[in-house]
Amino acid sequence: MSASDHLIPVVVSNVVEVNPIIKRFEFKHVNGDELPAFSGGAHIVVEMLDDGTKRKNPYSLMSSPFERDQYAISVRRDDTGRGGSKFMHEQVRPGMEMKISAPVNLFSLDLRAKKHLMIAGGIGITPFIAQMAQADKLGVPFELHYAARSVSQAAYMDSLADRFGDHVSCYCDDQGEGVDFETLLSSQPLGTHVYVCGPKGMIERVVETATHLGWPAAHVHFEHFLAPPVGEPFEVHLAKAGIDITVGAEQSLLEAVEASGTPINCMCRGGACGQCETAVVACDGEIMHNDHWLDEEQRASKQLIMPCVSRFRGKRLELDL
Amino acid sequence: MTIQFKDESFRGDFSYANSPSNIPRFPFPFPEDEYMYSTNIEPHHAARAGSPFENAFDVDEHYVAEMKDRALVLAEDPGRCQALPHMETAGWDFVELVMVSKARDYPDLFKLTIDGDRWHWINKPLQIDDTFTFGDSSTLPCHPMEYIGRQVQGDHAILDQRDGNLWLDAGIITAQADWSLDFDVGMNFFEWHAPVPLAHELGVFQRALKFLLTLPQGQPSRRLNWTLTVNPRLDTSPENYPKWGPDRMTVTPENIGEKVHLRVELQTFWRLPRSNAILFPIRTYLMAMNEVVTQPKWARRIHRVMRDLRPELVEYKGLSRYHPILVEWLSQFDDGAPTSPGIFPD
Ligand SMILES: Cc1cc2nc3c(=O)[nH]c(=O)nc-3n(C[C@H](O)[C@H](O)[C@H](O)COP(=O)(O)OP(=O)(O)OC[C@H]3O[C@@H](n4cnc5c(N)ncnc54)[C@H](O)[C@@H]3O)c2cc1C
Ligand code: HEM
Ligand code: FES
Repeated sequence: MSASDHLIPVVVSNVVEVNPIIKRFEFKHVNGDELPAFSGGAHIVVEMLDDGTKRKNPYSLMSSPFERDQYAISVRRDDTGRGGSKFMHEQVRPGMEMKISAPVNLFSLDLRAKKHLMIAGGIGITPFIAQMAQADKLGVPFELHYAARSVSQAAYMDSLADRFGDHVSCYCDDQGEGVDFETLLSSQPLGTHVYVCGPKGMIERVVETATHLGWPAAHVHFEHFLAPPVGEPFEVHLAKAGIDITVGAEQSLLEAVEASGTPINCMCRGGACGQCETAVVACDGEIMHNDHWLDEEQRASKQLIMPCVSRFRGKRLELDL
Repeated sequence: MTIQFKDESFRGDFSYANSPSNIPRFPFPFPEDEYMYSTNIEPHHAARAGSPFENAFDVDEHYVAEMKDRALVLAEDPGRCQALPHMETAGWDFVELVMVSKARDYPDLFKLTIDGDRWHWINKPLQIDDTFTFGDSSTLPCHPMEYIGRQVQGDHAILDQRDGNLWLDAGIITAQADWSLDFDVGMNFFEWHAPVPLAHELGVFQRALKFLLTLPQGQPSRRLNWTLTVNPRLDTSPENYPKWGPDRMTVTPENIGEKVHLRVELQTFWRLPRSNAILFPIRTYLMAMNEVVTQPKWARRIHRVMRDLRPELVEYKGLSRYHPILVEWLSQFDDGAPTSPGIFPD
């Protein structure tokens, strides 16, 4: 069983070009029904039928959790990618029918927090837009620090500043601005929780700074927009199914297993939720663990793999599928 | 189908009993002739018309009486219903889930009319007709969890999810099998399960937690758990131990069939949408051994399960005092014939 077995049929109600690299897509239920309620930080998995290839990418919901008649996501175009975001940018038009999963939240607000401190980099802004609507309605103090490469790429910066005023601080690299994490994190009231979503390096710096300043780990939350990395093609034997499959260079192991018709669980497709965890029966070679789920010990044991993002190089890989 | 609600008691004269037609729909908890802990979780799909798995929240002939018993417990001990301050949103999620499900599944008993934030709720069996503003607790007589918890059979715990764990941060618990909300409130999944023997070593809890942390919205799961209770008493809480502990001394070979009850918990797991919390209903079904053995398959199987039960489980479930008498009594119904797989009667 996996979240993407229960898809919701939607119609694209609007496509908005936010800036040259980001588009916003709005969805309504095909029957006009209400969509499921959700909490800020949740994402949906969007199924894309691209000329015979089925792609499934997770995108954070940026619409208000209190709005049930439509959902909105924003997608950054990634020309080096395998094409999911390119498909969204080039093929998806208003009126088109698509399928999405129910919302899943792996990045929720800690509702005990006395204050929410949000740090966004680039497209990492999306989950915070929904979280701010939620925090605002619950009446809990929050503050957003939003950094972008350039003014022209800073999606929603102006509208967020208009809507939430002092709660929002903006920084653009091309203006020579940047967030001073040390000062920011050392000047927060007790009971504050910090949330960060953005490029890998930014997440690492925030987590390191917070740890260094003695923040409890439970008060530090982050989400990687991890895309399944591409690599060399490789062969895998699926022990239960008794078949050999080939994982293409631009395909994830999860996608290759799905394409073979072998059942496998999944949810986030981004190495975070743990659903796709699969036992390794035999491994002669090296597993490239790209997930955020397994710990060091589990990785070293070579007994588990997360097929949604991890790959293999070597002689033989046999999985318990 | 209209349900005839029974006027009965779970204390004092213990007039509780199952009607003959209610017996075959009992959620018998043993799919095989032996029992051991496992991560026995399956999708909570609608299954088998007439069974307790048919609807999201099963309503049966004991509904009204159970709600009266809950009100008695809460009047004596308000500590049975507790919610930490951050659990209000989850309380509203619970209200929505129950009202929407019951109005859909039992339209002749419950009616919900939604007009924006204005909700109108009619609960015919309990004679409730209320209008309130969804999300505004000042428009309800009490906390949303308590309001709806008084209108749905079974205990309900609500688990907050954070730091890769679940936290027992709210609950309305008046019919529990010997555990205390007041003691467990604020604990995490491993802490509140600490007293359970054997299951930790089997990795049952590790696997169950991983599963629950990624439980998706709209795809609830369920499992069955069981114990035995002397007399059809719902409130077997540690707080009340002096009232029910001594009952175990009253079991004799003559009265065992009517005194000892199989107590089954239909536990379900629901991801709540606005709070990202998990709702954990623990719905208790009670059936006297005399009623169990009316189904030949169940009679044979329960004898085998009880006879071969691991001593650690006999001890943990508090059966030691009367376990040998029970096995002896049950043996008269077991002719050694094979039993069919699954829990439903033949
Ligand atoms: C929980 C979650 C939420 C997300 N929310 C959002 C959101 O709100 N908005 C959004 O825009 N995205 C979001 N993402 C990311 C999104 O799901 C996709 O991963 C992203 O759109 C890229 O998809 P793609 O199909 O275009 O490219 P993919 O093929 O999936 O991405 C491939 C990536 O691999 C790298 N790559 C590709 N080819 C090569 C090569 N030859 N050599 C080296 N490296 C290469 C590139 O860095 C590229 O980014 C989210 C991800 C997760 C896990
Ligand atoms: C998330 C919601 C859950 C809650 C709130 C919960 C709560 C409890 C509590 C309070 C007890 C009694 C412990 C004691 O003796 O004090 C218990 C027992 C137990 N729980 Fe859970 N539990 C949950 C989920 C699960 C799941 C998913 C499993 C899956 C295997 C499980 C397996 C068990 C077992 C095997 C016992 C021992 C029961 C017995 O022998 O009577 N629980 N649980
Ligand atoms: S699908 Fe979530 S970790 Fe692989």
